[in-house]
Amino acid sequence: MALAAPDITTRAASAEPGRIFRITSTLRQVVSTPLGTIGCALVALIVLTALFAPWIAPYSPTAISVKERLADPSWSHLLGTDQLGRDLFSRVILGTRTAMTVALVSLAVALAAALPLGLIAGYGPRWLDAGLILVFDSLSSLPMIMFALATVVLLGAGLSTVILVIVIYSVPSYARLIRTQTLSIKARDFIKAEQAMNAGLGRILFVHLLPNVIGPLLILACLDLSTIITLEAGLSFLGLGVKPQIPSWGNILSDGFAVIRTTPLPVIAGGLPLILATIGFTFFGEALRDALDPKLARESRP
Amino acid sequence: MTLKNPVISADHLTVSVPEGPHYFFQPTYKLDILIDVSIAVRPGEIVSIVGESGSGKTTFGRALIGLMRPSGGQISLDGVALPDFSKGSFRKVRREAALLFQDPASSFNPRQRIGAMIAEPRRIAGQGGMRRNDLQDLAATAGLGSSLLSRFPHALSGGQARRAAVARALSVVPRLIIADEPTAGLDVSVQGGVLNLFLDIRDRHDTAFLLITHNLAVARHVSDRIVIMYLGRVLESGPTAEIFRAPRHPYTRALLDSEPVPDPKRRRAEPPVIGEVPSLMNRPSGCEFHQRCRIARDRCRIEAPAETPFADGHTVRCHFPLDTPAGVCAMAAG
Repeated sequence: MALAAPDITTRAASAEPGRIFRITSTLRQVVSTPLGTIGCALVALIVLTALFAPWIAPYSPTAISVKERLADPSWSHLLGTDQLGRDLFSRVILGTRTAMTVALVSLAVALAAALPLGLIAGYGPRWLDAGLILVFDSLSSLPMIMFALATVVLLGAGLSTVILVIVIYSVPSYARLIRTQTLSIKARDFIKAEQAMNAGLGRILFVHLLPNVIGPLLILACLDLSTIITLEAGLSFLGLGVKPQIPSWGNILSDGFAVIRTTPLPVIAGGLPLILATIGFTFFGEALRDALDPKLARESRP
Repeated sequence: MTLKNPVISADHLTVSVPEGPHYFFQPTYKLDILIDVSIAVRPGEIVSIVGESGSGKTTFGRALIGLMRPSGGQISLDGVALPDFSKGSFRKVRREAALLFQDPASSFNPRQRIGAMIAEPRRIAGQGGMRRNDLQDLAATAGLGSSLLSRFPHALSGGQARRAAVARALSVVPRLIIADEPTAGLDVSVQGGVLNLFLDIRDRHDTAFLLITHNLAVARHVSDRIVIMYLGRVLESGPTAEIFRAPRHPYTRALLDSEPVPDPKRRRAEPPVIGEVPSLMNRPSGCEFHQRCRIARDRCRIEAPAETPFADGHTVRCHFPLDTPAGVCAMAAG
């Protein structure tokens, strides 16, 4: 595009929202800020750890060894062991995998549910919009912990229950964002032009509305990853999340809490990755938002 | 002129929108944007709708293809009246008609390339995509360089975007093109290019045009017939030559008089129209133009004039049409 084009056109082009698909240039912009660099590094660390967890972890995270309970850190157990003699380092590493699985699966399910709901609410008839908004508002008015308790009582604790709780908790906010975006975009001329050309509903919704709606949604989702990871850890800490033997940062925290007077190490081992993940995804999301927002981008960069 | 069946005709078309607070049990009143508008466009004919801002000309164009839902009257396609104003009925109209938006750049999806969007109407019509060569030929027909096809809409100039919109309209050769302010925001030379393109399309495909404009010079240059609108009503309509030679309505006369004349020695004695366009919320009684009319009488304030036909399909909505005995008297007295 920028062969011999004068400076003005290239800049105007790069400032337009039409380039969400140019992933590399966006990533380059994300990395170009200090916060973005930190965020990217942390996100990469966490994602790689989660991907290769079984190869990194030296022991099985569930192998109990009563002889070695609450061992101090050593070369054989980098972070020591917990009260059941399980290797803490291995549990932390595999906990990353649990955290990322919960976060990505619930995010994907929530987005998949929120996209059609938001598009229908925004583009569909008014009564449907009013009905859906009522449902969204009712759902988001539920107190999170009470709702989680009730769901766990009904369905039993476990990975899928955690995911369900998180999905139900986050669908309304995504759907509402999509609805607002849809409302503003459907009033624009190019949607009217599609209608005037006899374009079908599917074409208007998925070819023309969706790509214009999804940008802000991805940013919100990225920022939400840290919230979801914290939620999972919180639920597991309270015993409402994944089963105790499964390695999860929340379970490590919860186990460590019981022995905190003997050694603070398990609590630190469970808490630190949680903090790093939260910071990482928040920084990354914010840098991504700045990189994708044409107005911010132009002000901060020469 | 041989009278072919109109491609599209609107008879007594009315558009009103609810206005006012939407609380429960509170009556909302209707705002009439178009009242009793009858316009027909025949194949190969270029009809211009001329009027000030707020005269309802854009609404008329949108109502014809159902972007605004008419609340009364009738729309006929090839002489066959639409049974109702449902989506299905307008689908038929939209198959035959293309709408060119006032701001062409905004009528393209900002995330798609021009080439893809130009081919889209064919895809919608189920005729499949277009081969690269066909696409380039089509773009060339509209005077659009083929290098622009891979651009995004924001990277086009005003004239290029206009041509891209025309190319998109032409991809499924429409029988009617509704062009909303096709020359707005263009240089005079580019304006001429766009209008000549329209004439060219008309000659090649016998396409009918409905031009919506406030620019009398544009209307005069290309159109066969002119319709003058004011506050959602047709005040005068007739063949272009007739309208310019002998305008019957004082408003038309005023519009013609207010066209700038490139002669520094000719000064205007008085402004041709008094005051501002009244609000649609508060329509004047009787003839809606009477507050701004130089020859208005008591009758004009009370009684709304009916449409009076003259020769050649020239009609006027005025109690005292100019160049008639009544009008001459009024002129002399006013």
